[in-house]
Amino acid sequence: MTISIDPQKTNNESLQPKGWLRYFSFSLDHKVIGIQYLVCGFLFYLIGGTLASAIRIELASPMSDFMPRDVYNQVLTLHGTIMIFLWIVPVVNGAFGNYLIPFYVGARDMAFPRLNAVAFWLIPPSGLMLVASYFVEGAAQAGWTAYPPLSITTPQSGQIIWILSVLLLGGSSIFGGINFIATIIKLRRPGLKLMQLPMYCWAMLGTSLLVVLSTPVLAGTLILLSFDIIAKTGFFNPVLGGNVVVYQHLFWFYSHPAVYIMVLPAFGLVSEILPVHARKPLFGYTTMVFSIMGIVVLGLIVWAHHMFTSGTPPWMRLFFTIATAFIAVPTGIKFFNWVATLWGGKISINSAMLFSCGFIINFVFGGITGVALAQVPFDIHVHDTYFVVAHFHYIVYGGTVFIIFSSIYHWFPKVTGKMLNEKLGILHFIITFIGFNLCFAPQHWLGLNGMPRRVAEYDPQFQFVNQISSLGALLMAISTIPFLLNVFLSVRNGKNAGDNPWNALTPEWLTSSPPPVENWEGEAPLVEEPYGYGNEISEQK
Amino acid sequence: MTTLDSSKEIQKNNSEVNETHEDFRMFGLITFLIADGMTFAGFFAAYLTYKAVNPLPDGAIYELELPIPTLNTILLLVSSATFHKAGKALLKDKNSDSQKWLFFTALLGIIFLICQLFEYFHLPFGLTDNLFASTFYALTGFHGLHVTLGTLMILIIAWQSRINGGRLTSQNMFPLEAVELYWHFVDGIWVVLFIILYLL
Repeated sequence: MTISIDPQKTNNESLQPKGWLRYFSFSLDHKVIGIQYLVCGFLFYLIGGTLASAIRIELASPMSDFMPRDVYNQVLTLHGTIMIFLWIVPVVNGAFGNYLIPFYVGARDMAFPRLNAVAFWLIPPSGLMLVASYFVEGAAQAGWTAYPPLSITTPQSGQIIWILSVLLLGGSSIFGGINFIATIIKLRRPGLKLMQLPMYCWAMLGTSLLVVLSTPVLAGTLILLSFDIIAKTGFFNPVLGGNVVVYQHLFWFYSHPAVYIMVLPAFGLVSEILPVHARKPLFGYTTMVFSIMGIVVLGLIVWAHHMFTSGTPPWMRLFFTIATAFIAVPTGIKFFNWVATLWGGKISINSAMLFSCGFIINFVFGGITGVALAQVPFDIHVHDTYFVVAHFHYIVYGGTVFIIFSSIYHWFPKVTGKMLNEKLGILHFIITFIGFNLCFAPQHWLGLNGMPRRVAEYDPQFQFVNQISSLGALLMAISTIPFLLNVFLSVRNGKNAGDNPWNALTPEWLTSSPPPVENWEGEAPLVEEPYGYGNEISEQK
Repeated sequence: MTTLDSSKEIQKNNSEVNETHEDFRMFGLITFLIADGMTFAGFFAAYLTYKAVNPLPDGAIYELELPIPTLNTILLLVSSATFHKAGKALLKDKNSDSQKWLFFTALLGIIFLICQLFEYFHLPFGLTDNLFASTFYALTGFHGLHVTLGTLMILIIAWQSRINGGRLTSQNMFPLEAVELYWHFVDGIWVVLFIILYLL
């Protein structure tokens, strides 16, 4: 059975508000929804960043003097939850996925536009609810992992609002995942083969599979946890005969894949950006595809490496150590493919390229500490110390957030038709890169020397290194100023970009900037070689 | 830039192009059901782990009576068959037959829920008595929620398949097919649940 699209119906723009108002409407246009995700996510990034600054101010001195200890717990819980569920996951999946995937598969919109809008509009209310929970008896205090029995014994209302909020965000994520799978598999333009898709499609396909397979398990777990809190059942409460380790297994069955949900789309985006600015085809397309699928499969069977200190039996430690070490293989393949893409290319040093290279440098560092953490003896030594904090931020900030900025510099001309200012962009990169490494590199040392995470007070011998780290955090906070300034100035008076300022070959550049409502005037172009740089046609100026 | 030129050569006026694409609503539903099945998989995994590693306190009752759940299993399996009948009838444009079968299916669903509640009221343990009791109510309750939603959807499509003015026809089978797939899914989950919770 086929569905015919009535041109009268789909082109009826008079029903939708025009101009900036459409960003506040229940718009079905995938481009509008993508921008809604991005701006909403960035606002939450500013909130989460403010909370991070509060943490670093507190940790500049060994005493708990900037805020009381329970407030510190609330701040770190909100920081983690907001940054993961309201900034990174929605932006790197929802924002760029919605904007780019329909272009890449040659479609006019996502497979299920209404579901798409519903998925976005679940985010602002749940985010606001989460932030507002601070003013109702205080926010959740159990960290973003919400481990029982801590989450059962801390004040209830904050924890329940936290659970409700994460359930809604999980639902939004699942709806988005279903939409991406259907769009990539079913909505491809006739004639476009799977192995001709740009790499970001593959990354989003893998990510969406992880979302669909693992997020529901988290939802079920949190429902059981809320029963424990409200109805006083004993699923995870040892006092009532429950088992806390079951919670950890179920939680990490989602939350380890969640790391790949946060970083696989970034792998896809960097694979789009590097070939354009190095004027070379993406190195090893087929191996990239198989690496992504390998990471998806392995990502689902490594979760217990977060639980080596939770009384896991030896066979489990052995299995999860080996499985985790195996993930380094596909990830390493991708890393060397990016380096090989750059090798011998005509590299333009612009903001997008700099942030992508920053990603490669930070990510390989976070990857190496990740392999180290997979080894049981080492992991037991540094478990729950600042070493883990440093590793995690090297992956999600040094990795994913760098790519989010790189992507904004790369696709801003497409979205607005205006160029961003390169000087401010490079300034933004330099401050971010120095600030980030200054903030998180010393934390490896802190962790190795035994400073525990999630505690407001620490041994005074760590004060100097903590102050260096806080200085880095200050630089990171400052780095948003040139970025915001750049965006506001460029939207108003930026240089006109033209349709294809980078001479890129992927399909989104083959339409006008900003693109028309249904993406293309006429039929969608068939792009068989999205990375065909270096041959005569694409290099003609 | 040859690529740019080629894009400009493409015919404009897409409002004149009447495009069609494949119906992939069923594909989306299947993906959603996989996600839903993973929620149940999480619950089952938790239940089996508890059974393996968490001993119950002395005197806890975890043997369940079989007659009611066995009746419930038969009810749901029969309801899957009657739903299938409804689809067959609609395909032959026999709307009133289809409607009868749908109402019958919904009735079976309602009887299932009544039996389930009857069992709840006659069980010797409550929600918070012990770990087995909690997991029992969580699993059957979550499944019962699915049956409730499914029954409501069956009643809605039964109303939509009325002869005059109903939007459910042999040309527009999707609502019926979607609810049917969901109903078979809920039945399948029940069979797994019956085996794991009652028989194992």
